[in-house]
Amino acid sequence: MALQVLTANRLRDGAVVYLSPDGSWVERVAAARAESAPEAVARLEAAGRAAVVAREVVEPYPIAVEQGEDGRLIPVRYRERIRAEGPSIRLQCDEEAA
Amino acid sequence: MYRYDAFDAAFVRQRTEQFRDQVARRLSGELTEEEFKPLRLMNGLYLQLHAYMLRVAIPYGTLDSRQLRKLAHIARTYDKGYGHFTTRQNIQFNWPALVDVPSILEELAEVEMHAIQTSGNCIRNVTADHYAGAVAGEVEDPRIWAEIIRQWSSLHPEFSFLPRKFKIAVTGTTHDRAAVKLHDIGLVLTRDAAGAVGFQVLVGGGQGRTPMVAKTLRDFLPKERLLSYLEAILRTYNLLGRRDNKYKARIKILVHEVGIEEVRRLVEAEWEAIGRETSLDLPEAERARIAAHFAPPDLTPRPAEPPALVEALATHRPFRHWLRSNVKPHRTPGYAVVDVSLKPIGGAPGDMTDAQMEALADLADRHSLGEIRVSHAQNLVLPHVAREDLPALHRGLAAAGLATGNNRLVSDIIACPGLDYCALANARSIPIAQRISERFADLDRQADIGPLEIKISGCINACGHHHVGHIGLLGVDRKGEEAYQITLGGRADENAAIGRIVGPAFDADGAVAAVETIVETYLEERLGPDESFLAAVERLGLAPFKARLYPDKRAA
Repeated sequence: MALQVLTANRLRDGAVVYLSPDGSWVERVAAARAESAPEAVARLEAAGRAAVVAREVVEPYPIAVEQGEDGRLIPVRYRERIRAEGPSIRLQCDEEAA
Repeated sequence: MYRYDAFDAAFVRQRTEQFRDQVARRLSGELTEEEFKPLRLMNGLYLQLHAYMLRVAIPYGTLDSRQLRKLAHIARTYDKGYGHFTTRQNIQFNWPALVDVPSILEELAEVEMHAIQTSGNCIRNVTADHYAGAVAGEVEDPRIWAEIIRQWSSLHPEFSFLPRKFKIAVTGTTHDRAAVKLHDIGLVLTRDAAGAVGFQVLVGGGQGRTPMVAKTLRDFLPKERLLSYLEAILRTYNLLGRRDNKYKARIKILVHEVGIEEVRRLVEAEWEAIGRETSLDLPEAERARIAAHFAPPDLTPRPAEPPALVEALATHRPFRHWLRSNVKPHRTPGYAVVDVSLKPIGGAPGDMTDAQMEALADLADRHSLGEIRVSHAQNLVLPHVAREDLPALHRGLAAAGLATGNNRLVSDIIACPGLDYCALANARSIPIAQRISERFADLDRQADIGPLEIKISGCINACGHHHVGHIGLLGVDRKGEEAYQITLGGRADENAAIGRIVGPAFDADGAVAAVETIVETYLEERLGPDESFLAAVERLGLAPFKARLYPDKRAA
């Protein structure tokens, strides 16, 4: 099974988050807990369901990731890369601040 | 413009308080996500790719400066300093936190705004011609009727759970700027042979995965009977519209499957039955009360060619471009309707910063009676500007980055949020729009090309109106990669047509290059500068474009 991490949106503010090795939810995919064994991925999903009940996150689901040259985790699908990195466009408000 | 009465104000405040309680109950665990989701959607709150997204209704695209300043305040205080104007004349905030949304709704209620019915299977924000009440040739101001429909459809108990969402658009002129033929119901104000005012009623238009141009349900409906007739259409649809398959649930599918004649028979029978039961039509006194809110401003004719304008025209090139493309004749001599471009070269179509909103609110107060419109093409409009004020207005807009003179030109691109924001999208829209706009940055070149509407959607739901773009681009997922299918010859006006697919999809680089190839082909093949892109496509067909786009294949 390909390497997987669990992602969701945080309930309070909707931010994209990932389940980390210590069980907390973090905003960087690179800090996520990655698993490839089916039973380990199932445990990630179970943790996601528990976090929904605990009102931490909504809509958790596993995504495929790969390790970049520097070993950092990168989502495989471009949809998930955009989710991880934010909009691919430079925002007008950023330009004004620059 | 329409102002809330005590009932409206109390109702919107009550809804805001209810939502505050619902959010509190969600956060405390009293409500599950499954229970909460329909409640948040009823208040325009989606969960998108990166965050929640709040869609705020701008009824028939009419705003005043006070409301625009409030939107600026919300963008700055609760979001990332900008908002996105949509193809339904609404505004979306892309980054609100759930915990802040009740406060945002409270702030909106202060200026008579809300997010009710901007989602869900109900009658959505009623849209109208963005030049309403400002241009010559109107039978009546369509916003009067859009407001009447808004009041009738708000929380209508029978139509809160339709088979699918339902969109109504109204225009007061025969030249259609409101894309009425691409709506579930399109209403065209007209006169009968005796001069009485009524509506041509169109039904079954729409885009999405099954694009269809609306058909005429009734050539003339007396205006007094509008609400009962709409009620009859909605009842017929509510009963017969499919609920087993969301992709076949819109009224356009019903019209297509049973035929316009049968739909007409059913609607007329229902209408007759309604007439026997009760009168659902609006009393004349109430119509007049609402109409009074849209009384034309009392403008005195002014000089058409004031010295300041003549001088600016002679000496200032960007002003010339802007005047030629963004300034339109007003119903009152010496006044103008001004399109404010939200399509700066290389910008995200429809995006506007908080500072720009405030700057435009000030300019609207100074030059346009404090009134602003939102167009479905994701631009704004100042509807009542004295021509002698145009040079000063242009300077003010330029200082705010809002003076691009590209209205309806090749860089005035409609684009949905696409995969940069939207959870439904397959591909990005905004970066493609930005690259096309940069490629055609030269306004002289744009003016030479002439009117050319490019519309881009990031998925088949077609929020970017690609089906009716003169050049349409549809983002698709091709084996895990973004690709773009191109259509030619679509249009959204009174001669609405669905564009035809020109051939296999291109990758992002190829799509941008393909647009340039299409434009070059048009310039080479046109009979002269007076033959528009659309006219050339209609005359030539797709063959010369295919031949240039796919040189390795025989042109069809």
